[in-house]
Amino acid sequence: MTHPAIVETIEALGETTLRVEPARVVELCRFLKDQEKFERLSAVTAVDWYPAEPRFEVVYHLHSVAGNKRLRVKARLSGKSPEIDSMTAVWSGANWYEREVYDMFGITFRNHPNLVRILNPTDWEGYPLRKDYPVHGYKYGYSNE
Amino acid sequence: MSKHPLFEEHVATVPAEQEVPSTPSAPRRMTLNMGPQHPSTHGVLRIVLELEGETIISAEPDIGFLHTGIEKECEQKHWQQVVTLTDRVDYLSNLSNNLVYALTVEKLLQLEIPPKAQWSRVMMAELSRLNSHLVWLGTHALDIGAMSMFFYCFREREDILRILEMFSGQRMMTSYIRIGGLALDHPRGWQHALGKFIRAFPSKVDEYEDLLDSNPIWTRRTKGVGFISLADMLDQGVTGPMIRAAGVPLDCRKTEPYSSYDKFNFKVATRTENDVYARYRVRLQEMRESAKIITQALEGMPDGSWHADAPHVVLPDREKMKTQMEALIYHFKIVTEGFRVPAGEVYQCIESPRGEIGYYIVSDGTSKPYRVHMRTPSFGNLQALPTMLKGILLADSIAALGSMDFVLGDTDR
Repeated sequence: MTHPAIVETIEALGETTLRVEPARVVELCRFLKDQEKFERLSAVTAVDWYPAEPRFEVVYHLHSVAGNKRLRVKARLSGKSPEIDSMTAVWSGANWYEREVYDMFGITFRNHPNLVRILNPTDWEGYPLRKDYPVHGYKYGYSNE
Repeated sequence: MSKHPLFEEHVATVPAEQEVPSTPSAPRRMTLNMGPQHPSTHGVLRIVLELEGETIISAEPDIGFLHTGIEKECEQKHWQQVVTLTDRVDYLSNLSNNLVYALTVEKLLQLEIPPKAQWSRVMMAELSRLNSHLVWLGTHALDIGAMSMFFYCFREREDILRILEMFSGQRMMTSYIRIGGLALDHPRGWQHALGKFIRAFPSKVDEYEDLLDSNPIWTRRTKGVGFISLADMLDQGVTGPMIRAAGVPLDCRKTEPYSSYDKFNFKVATRTENDVYARYRVRLQEMRESAKIITQALEGMPDGSWHADAPHVVLPDREKMKTQMEALIYHFKIVTEGFRVPAGEVYQCIESPRGEIGYYIVSDGTSKPYRVHMRTPSFGNLQALPTMLKGILLADSIAALGSMDFVLGDTDR
């Protein structure tokens, strides 16, 4: 498939990955949903490549029930104030997955209807799945003992 | 003698301005907190309900009470050690979790798994499905008021747990499916134990069906309750028996066969009514189909090795370790350092009892995973809860909740 937002198409281990410009990811996914029949958004997640830059990768797993295909869409974000448009306008199922990514990685989703922490308490400090976050958290470290 | 304040006669002291407004256009709304320790939320789930009379206006699930940071912990463990963590994600169908993790890492390692191990995996995953569906049926019927179902279902579940213990040494946290094959070879006499159970099982499912379908309370409380449109389900990422009860035969076992599911003869159960009753029928039918798959696996179990021929991944035999230097070195390397997995990323999904469970794993070529994301079916399904509960009666919400069959450990990870 061709779309101007696609930067790179990677085929590896029998899976297709599209790397796209973060600014146009919603536009591309709308195209994939309407034209290429990827009706389902399976999951949204992120990977932290600290200390590399651009630091974050937001990963979308798409599924076409009619075509029995799966597709991965990735967008890279900088480590300084990572922000990307919310996918909830295309699939409302992106809501909780984006809240989880926000909760765990601190990536902000623009135009998200309810961007608050979902798994951690609302007063939690830091973003646990970032690579520079200690395993025991900031509060319960063993370094001072 | 002055009376205790509790014994004094109650005098209405409601000021005039706080009286209930008489205009019918402004009915009183009430916010009701359900959970986090409500028995029918099956775990620690809190739902904030907005009620108008007995009708639910909006429902907002609040999750995270069972969050244990499993994904972060996966990044600290060796590849093989993560198997024990996956058990604890969805504790009712842990073998499905073991299986999807093993399949994902094997895809990265490009390991060839021998037929016997693949068939055993199918057999164990289906036993796990039976286990999960039995717990679901027992507790779901209990919520609706059919108390005795719970005892019948847990009677059969006990048999399954005994079989799992026979295979793996553990009743619940089995960790039986490992990267590269299984944890152990089949125990002696397994065909007898499993055969005895699986021959009797289909008649037990008929028994459940008789018990529930001839119960008018059950049918009235489930038929036509908990409807959610197919478009909403696809939009919100609902999978599993929920979407199959809406007529879509979406089942990874058929559409994307893994672990030689394509060699088994079974049907995907579907219904079209899309209510609590349809979901119950779908799961009953799935139990029958699982029993068929287990029977086929039992009868046609291939001979051969129960693990892949990959000495750098699979621990060597104890006997070989005592006689062969090479086996001893491999054992030392795997236990202390773990094995390395080539850099790359994969997504692998399987059909768990609750729906699509998919692991997205990124490796950077070291002996620990770089990132493990668990796309769990309970998380995806629970998201559709507000849509499903909107506009229905509070009493029906219990039936609707139960029909989703979520596990909070699976949701919160």
